[in-house]
Amino acid sequence: MNAGVSATRLPGDRAVGAAPVSVAVNTFREAVRDRVLYNLIFFALLMIGAAILVGKISIGIDRLVIVNLGLSAISLIGLVMAVFIGVGLVSKEMEKRTLYTLLARPIRRWEFLLTLVVNTCFMTLGLAAALLWVGRPFVQTDWLILVAVYFILLELAIVTALALFFSCFTTPMFSTLFTLGIYLTGCFAEGIREFGDLSQSTGLKLFARVIYYLVPNFHNFNVIAAAAHGVKIPAALIAQNTLYAALYVALLLIASSAIFSGRNLK
Amino acid sequence: MSTPAIEIVGLTKDYPLGFWRRRSRRALDNLSLAVDSGEIFGFLGPNGAGKTTTLKLLTGLIFPTSGTARIRGRFIDDIGMHSEIGYLPEQPYFYDYLTARELLDYYARFSNYTAAERRARVGRLLERVGLASAADLQLRKYSKGMLQRAGIAQAILHDPPVIFLDEPMSGLDPLGRREVRDTLIELRKQGRTVFFSTHILADAEMLCDRVAVLAGGKLQGVGAPGDIVSLEVHAMDVLFELPPSHEVPPVFAPNITRIGARCRLEIPEPELYAALDELRRCKARILSVSAVRPTLEDYFLRLVNKQPNKPVRSGLEVALR
Repeated sequence: MNAGVSATRLPGDRAVGAAPVSVAVNTFREAVRDRVLYNLIFFALLMIGAAILVGKISIGIDRLVIVNLGLSAISLIGLVMAVFIGVGLVSKEMEKRTLYTLLARPIRRWEFLLTLVVNTCFMTLGLAAALLWVGRPFVQTDWLILVAVYFILLELAIVTALALFFSCFTTPMFSTLFTLGIYLTGCFAEGIREFGDLSQSTGLKLFARVIYYLVPNFHNFNVIAAAAHGVKIPAALIAQNTLYAALYVALLLIASSAIFSGRNLK
Repeated sequence: MSTPAIEIVGLTKDYPLGFWRRRSRRALDNLSLAVDSGEIFGFLGPNGAGKTTTLKLLTGLIFPTSGTARIRGRFIDDIGMHSEIGYLPEQPYFYDYLTARELLDYYARFSNYTAAERRARVGRLLERVGLASAADLQLRKYSKGMLQRAGIAQAILHDPPVIFLDEPMSGLDPLGRREVRDTLIELRKQGRTVFFSTHILADAEMLCDRVAVLAGGKLQGVGAPGDIVSLEVHAMDVLFELPPSHEVPPVFAPNITRIGARCRLEIPEPELYAALDELRRCKARILSVSAVRPTLEDYFLRLVNKQPNKPVRSGLEVALR
């Protein structure tokens, strides 16, 4: 050991992005060694395998079945993973108090959160790419499937950001419940709006509208059926969904950072 | 006059209570003190005294209700302050799936070391804290003592001038405790400031230049540890063995505890020499004579019980002077 007191590195000395990169590397390392995630990947592969099997015995509609079931499998397992990882990102660090030694170092709390989210998005992207690669020999991957997968990833980014947002101020159990609740509400956002429009009550109408605008509208992200049937997906929808997801995630991250930055670590 | 390494002014922390968070509990009450550079400063108090709260406030993990603090002139809400400190939390816990080498490398990345510097520094430190042979073992397989060593290593990894240690001896065996003590002494030799909390008076007595005593969230006094301890020697403990044919002198009977063949006699300090003469007459073999000092917890409990509605500050301040 050595050095003298003067060896201290001041924040100005820190390489730009050094801290976020360290956190990213560590989160990745922790995640790939966590066996729970391997179980999820195993189930994803199992479901895709089942989809392929069912597709092969579905005479004439094999592509329809394989694409439908395969993408649904990615979406479902992705959802579980997004909630699991999103909730665990902060709460696990707080619960196990690994955050103490980390936040005592020169890293801002928002930097920490942003790194976790970006890292998780990249990991999910990698997983989706791997699953597509596995399914490649069984169904021709066209751009419709790629767009459907892209939309699933956007959806998962929002779900992860939601889970992260809730875990900044509540327990893992409530974070999971709130995230899943909002996800389900978001899937039926269109229906809620239509229900409100049909209602005679002004209060109910207003309530349905508020919910419709407040929760993420996941209805627009579901193009699995279109991809399976080979129906064209408009370019405008791709742009709209990309912008929508980016804005929603950004807002959630800003809110999460604000809450997390002022939170006392018990 | 040089800037103190740690300067705390009126630091107060209230924790909200209840669902509506309308009530609150004061964990730390108007704490003010200064620690000079190069000092080993002990922060003493019974469990729940506010020691960990103070350390968390100083490391930016929680935020004060009122008051301020500066580390080497930087306010605690300044991100730059974090480059100046090393921190070992109480009962540290690290990433399960990382090895100690990976963990230290991870933390070293927060400072601007090159890969080669990191490797060398991490290797040296693992050796220093006695974890070299377990360096590539995942942390989930570590014992509590090993985790504590890894925690100390990460706290001093980047050569911080100010080091905060929350109960650093906790969970360590006697050898481990001694190694930690040696490390702290070495850090002082290097001119670093060590601020550590403990409820074990012996650690503070052995290591600290000065100590602050905290109870019920309030500072009770600041001084050299000897001032507190010496005033508290109010009895002597004599351990002895009697030959088989001899009985314990009746005069000592009420104050004697038997442990197998050995007897323990607790007597007031002024009566020590007379008691030793008496034991010698009975052909007793004296095994040890030691001063009886109450634990810090006893000390505080007594003070608090005496003055349930009054702050204990006055009593202790008198004791410290």
